[in-house]
Amino acid sequence: MTTLKQSRRLHSIALGSLSWLIALVIFFPIFWMVLTSFKTELDAFATPPQLFFTPTLENYLHIQERSDYFHFAWNSVVISFSATILCMLIAVPAAYSMAFYETKRTRKTLLWMLSTKMLPPVGVLMPIYLLAKGAGLLDTQLGLIIIYTLVNLPIVVWMVYTYFKDIPKDILEAARLDGATLMQEMARVLLPIAKGGLASTVLLSLILCWNEAFWSLNLTSSQAAPLTALIASYSSPEGLFWAKLSAVSTLACAPILIFGWISQKQLVRGLSFGAVK
Amino acid sequence: MATLKVRNLKKGFEDLQIIKGIDLEVRDREFVVFVGPSGCGKSTLLRLIAGLEDVSSGQIELDGRDITEVTPAKRDLAMVFQTYALYPHMSVRKNLSFALDLAGRDKQDIDRKVNEAARILELQPLLDRKPKQLSGGQRQRVAIGRAIVRNPKIFLFDEPLSNLDAALRVQMRLELSRLHKELQATMIYVTHDQVEAMTLADKVVVLNAGRVEQVGSPLELYHHPANLFVAGFLGTPKMGFLKGQVSQVFNDGCEVLLDAGTRITLPRVGPGLAEGSPVTVGIRPEHLELAQPGQCQLGVVADVSERLGSDTYCHVRTDAGEPLTLRIRGDLSSQYGQRLSLHLDAQYCHLFDADGLAVANPMRAAA
Repeated sequence: MTTLKQSRRLHSIALGSLSWLIALVIFFPIFWMVLTSFKTELDAFATPPQLFFTPTLENYLHIQERSDYFHFAWNSVVISFSATILCMLIAVPAAYSMAFYETKRTRKTLLWMLSTKMLPPVGVLMPIYLLAKGAGLLDTQLGLIIIYTLVNLPIVVWMVYTYFKDIPKDILEAARLDGATLMQEMARVLLPIAKGGLASTVLLSLILCWNEAFWSLNLTSSQAAPLTALIASYSSPEGLFWAKLSAVSTLACAPILIFGWISQKQLVRGLSFGAVK
Repeated sequence: MATLKVRNLKKGFEDLQIIKGIDLEVRDREFVVFVGPSGCGKSTLLRLIAGLEDVSSGQIELDGRDITEVTPAKRDLAMVFQTYALYPHMSVRKNLSFALDLAGRDKQDIDRKVNEAARILELQPLLDRKPKQLSGGQRQRVAIGRAIVRNPKIFLFDEPLSNLDAALRVQMRLELSRLHKELQATMIYVTHDQVEAMTLADKVVVLNAGRVEQVGSPLELYHHPANLFVAGFLGTPKMGFLKGQVSQVFNDGCEVLLDAGTRITLPRVGPGLAEGSPVTVGIRPEHLELAQPGQCQLGVVADVSERLGSDTYCHVRTDAGEPLTLRIRGDLSSQYGQRLSLHLDAQYCHLFDADGLAVANPMRAAA
């Protein structure tokens, strides 16, 4: 006879196993990518796939020879950080007014902003390409910074809005009665209170910018190309080189993965949208 | 010195009027309490005075200066919020000094003021804690301290005790009363709790549906309510109301025939009183007693009783179905459904005309 205690134990073991299984399935592609990057091209193609082989660094050396990794990495860093900073500069005041001076249309405005994310980017490729071309922004860092800012703005505003919504308006009013100007109210009361949420928003924006491929492939060629464009450059003309592609992908993912790993606590908090106080 | 004058103040949104024209004067060092049921506009009125809401029309004057359009920061008022509204990321010390920091006072002056406020409110051991490490009562004291350090012209309190448990509420009520005496400050206090209003106020402003119903000292309002609303709102248990109509008018009073069947002669005269005009007689629970033979009798049926040890609240119904409460010292062993006979003492009865306005007692008017 199973007692209640036993059945609970069984339940928790089953749940634990399932979680591990899902985690492994999610992690497997990354693991396989890193593994393949240390194989020779021959090993990478082998069927059945090989789990044990003699590791080599030749793919990484080849990449640094053929293309300047640090040029692309620097572009990624500049574009991601600039777009994120610009995005926050716009999103914070927007979210402030929507959270603390809500009107009848605030909710609809937020929904409308989010609905722009439902549009397939390719649908506006032509106009945006032509605009960028006309403005001389093709293959420039500034061009991508502007595009990334606009693309991420809805989700960033929404997130910051959610965090601000959690802050009682009384606290800001108390600051106002204490003699704070609008800037002081923001800098000394609102932003310090919301800093956890803001940090996770910044992190998410950085990740989204870093991983964005569609616009970087279409609007840059060499000068301002970020790491995602570098990866893509390894896939086409000379046929598929799995090992090299894996190596370049690993190099492209590594910085943001490490960054994300270090700040995962913030990220989890951020993705739960203020549910955890 | 701080006097506040409010003139014909109105606040409304498109089709909703919240404050419908209020005139009010708060004198120097006065403790004024705004009291009323929820939704009566008392908090809105306070927020208008604080400058946290924009006025639709009317004027607010502080010491003769028109502050209607002045920003909250420049009004020289301090407010204590119901939710305390402490800055969660700052220590108690920083919370207290924030306003002085913003004003650019020098460090020594700030320290002196913070320590002084901490002493008054017994916050010294807590100065380096964060708000989340404090209990509700301590947080409330910090919120009050934050107001004290600023030495404002007027202290505004928005239901400051309603988040505290009953025991703490009583204690903080006493502390606030003591603080008012010690600081000799002008205070405006909003509450829905009439006990707070009665115990704290020099002057009570009873609000209902965006209008002032009556202004006066607590006991004046209790003993001489101007209308049915104030009569029913102040006092626990509530004043009992008996409907009836005037059956006879004399020079110095009138006789009322209650719907419950009893005739009572009241020393009340007023222009609205004519034979046959509908009136309401009000009587407080402590003024009702069991009738002795030969006294004016009102037959009632006992409902439930609440025994508090010192007193018994006996809820009864008249033959017309009107609920009354009878407050008796000590213990009364009435049984559910038992018929009782109550004595209505004309001296303590209030009389309200058809519009719900109190009818004056000529004896009192003369006195």
